[in-house]
Amino acid sequence: MGFLDKKYHDPNIIIVSLESALNWARKNSLWYEQFGLACCAIEMMATAASRYDFDRFGIIPRSSPRQADVMIVAGTVTLKMASRILRLYEQMSEPRYVISMGSCSNCGGPYWEHGYHVLKGVDKVIPVDVYVPGCPPRPEALLEGFLKLQEKITGETVIEDRATAVADRESSATSAGTTGTETPAERDLVPDLQAGGSPVPKTSTGDGAEAADRQDAEVSTRPAGAAGDDAPGPDGAPQDKPKSNPQGGTP
Amino acid sequence: MSKLTPEEIARNLQDRFGADRIELMKGSVGQPWIQLAPEMLPPVALALRDDPAFQFDVLMCLSGLHYDKENELGVVYNLDSTTLRHTINLKVRVPLDHPHIPSLERLWKTANWHEREAFDMVGIIFDNHPDLRRILTPDDWEGHALRKDYVQQDFYQGIPTK
Amino acid sequence: MMELVKTGADNHEMVINMGPQHPSTHGVLRLELVLDGELIKEVRPNIGYLHRCFEKYAEELQDYAKVIPYTDRMDYVSAMNQEHGYVIAIERLLELEVPERVEYARVILVELQRIASHLLGIGAFGLDLGAFSPFLYLFTEREKILDIFEKNSGARLLYNYFAVAGLMRPLQDDFKGDVADFVTSFRPKIKELEDLLSYNRIFVKRTANIGVLPAKVALNYAASGPVLRGSGVAWDLRKNDPYSIYDRFDFDIPVGTGEMGTVGDCWDRYHVRVLEMEQSLRIIEQALEGMPDEGDVMAAIPKRIRPKDGELYVRTESPRGELGYFISSDKSAAPFRIKARAPSFVHLSMLPAISKGALIADVVAIVGSIDIVLGEVDR
Ligand code: SF4
Repeated sequence: MGFLDKKYHDPNIIIVSLESALNWARKNSLWYEQFGLACCAIEMMATAASRYDFDRFGIIPRSSPRQADVMIVAGTVTLKMASRILRLYEQMSEPRYVISMGSCSNCGGPYWEHGYHVLKGVDKVIPVDVYVPGCPPRPEALLEGFLKLQEKITGETVIEDRATAVADRESSATSAGTTGTETPAERDLVPDLQAGGSPVPKTSTGDGAEAADRQDAEVSTRPAGAAGDDAPGPDGAPQDKPKSNPQGGTP
Repeated sequence: MSKLTPEEIARNLQDRFGADRIELMKGSVGQPWIQLAPEMLPPVALALRDDPAFQFDVLMCLSGLHYDKENELGVVYNLDSTTLRHTINLKVRVPLDHPHIPSLERLWKTANWHEREAFDMVGIIFDNHPDLRRILTPDDWEGHALRKDYVQQDFYQGIPTK
Repeated sequence: MMELVKTGADNHEMVINMGPQHPSTHGVLRLELVLDGELIKEVRPNIGYLHRCFEKYAEELQDYAKVIPYTDRMDYVSAMNQEHGYVIAIERLLELEVPERVEYARVILVELQRIASHLLGIGAFGLDLGAFSPFLYLFTEREKILDIFEKNSGARLLYNYFAVAGLMRPLQDDFKGDVADFVTSFRPKIKELEDLLSYNRIFVKRTANIGVLPAKVALNYAASGPVLRGSGVAWDLRKNDPYSIYDRFDFDIPVGTGEMGTVGDCWDRYHVRVLEMEQSLRIIEQALEGMPDEGDVMAAIPKRIRPKDGELYVRTESPRGELGYFISSDKSAAPFRIKARAPSFVHLSMLPAISKGALIADVVAIVGSIDIVLGEVDR
């Protein structure tokens, strides 16, 4: 019984937590970046086409990484392709997910032994959320992968963990502060109060305190790459993004 | 003009270019092939393509080989005539330390990519090729993968390959 | 074709990169387009993004039979055809006789696969040009073929079903009935496709007179299959160099006629594929009639493959064109060298020649019309 087939007399209200509402919306509209590489891509196409019909889950293909929530790496990742995958992954906006489809992108698949030009698992380059085994996985298996991803999204939370929240606030107070997004050009506009003569006592007004903050901001340098916390390290090793449901990786 | 057997083609070529420079060889099974010295390849190929008796208008396939026991590299050309319906295979072998073979790109355009592939995979250098670059592996790849003594590199641009 | 106009000092060149991840490149193909305004001056294809070392595997596996699953993965859209070419090559190398029932079953499977491959190729081609619904209709039909394959081989896409001188698993009892049902249900769909796509005005506008490939150029580039036939050359290895039992069947070779524009344009190449599906149906019907009901398809499979020394080049007609295997054997159990001559590889090398002077959007049509599979290009 859904809501829609009932008749209500008054306008109605549903009370849910923000988190469940957000997650519910996100999990039911997963737009995927089609990253068809090899044979698995054909099965991905078949999943999107008439019989299996991705659309009924709200899953729509997008051709641009910037509009996508999840990337399906479908097929064999070669060494020549690896850096391109990383680049496309970095262009996706957070929150982003990766589904690795097929043995090849899980671990090298049939090419793990003598495949000199094959990357042995896409997780050497980008973090993977769901692994779908098979060579190629059936469309049903890919759908199952999506259901697993939905489960993962349902479990996500917007509430900060208390300890990290405190640590974050402390670090932002010392480094960027309230003006952390200032560009160097903007910072140049702020008069250098102490060098400019009239010393302002720090305790006097709110203005002064803010100016002092700004000065702090000038001396401390923001650690490079603090924003892209999910980007892999320079050596291409995946970071410790939690991998849910590693369904298995051996061919 | 009629369909010719490999033996007839070889005899015809021997009459033109000298019996000692054209050799018809055959394994225990499969198709025979005409073995040539590299410098003989362009004139023979041109004759095979343009002579009305042969009319080999299609180069079907070109494969590079590494004969590790003899320390040689080789190329096999498979020619086909769509008009006379006969085929012939040519083979050229060169020493490993001087792997130069004239390019046939001028005669059959399809040789362009096949030769690039043979260069990439076994390291044969095709003289006068317009664009002899690696084709399947990246430009900064090390080694030629289909040599029998090929050792896979451990890292490619910092990514482990194993 | 349009002529390039030289504009002297104002001639600004621009290089645009397309791919390797681009929705209309049919996989991981990268094209460098050198443009003058919107006209293409030069196309430089860059391949190898899916190089999976097939030829290395063929040597390293130490067994001719173990190579079969890897041939599947070369042209994953028409895996049956790839296996067929390979097992024929090995059978010629070993000088083996193949049982009648196996031959007929193979022909039926291969022709079904040809239809499935064309359905996918045409669907994707329409998709590239903005026609979404044909794709959905064609995939419905394709799934029916995959059902037959799955019932017999156990897999939907990569079958590993052909063995040297046999089939890996016995055929199901209702194999013939299933195929016959499909043939009856599919025939009217070809007509539907013609109405839906072939004579659609927008589609014709996007494909007629675009990417013209003259027959002479096509032969010099060793083009084959629908690409060569689209240029008006009636060349089909099933007729011109018959292998397996193809000389027993009666069918036509459709060729491009320039019905909508010039002979050898994108529309011709497309339409040859549509007509070929009808011919495949004819072959299947005749094969169903001729196929013996009795016989074991697994009896003749040799336990151990150890050919004599020798070399041979065997070619078969895959949905994309001439699929050749050059095999060099040195008496050991491991092949000395196997080279796969992939039609897509050859056709792609032709792209610079036929897309000169076209517009960027036309390149999408041209790439779609030569119907490449990157797994086969890069092997
Ligand atoms: S896992 Fe199998 S089907 Fe998928 S890309 Fe790899 S080889 Fe192809």
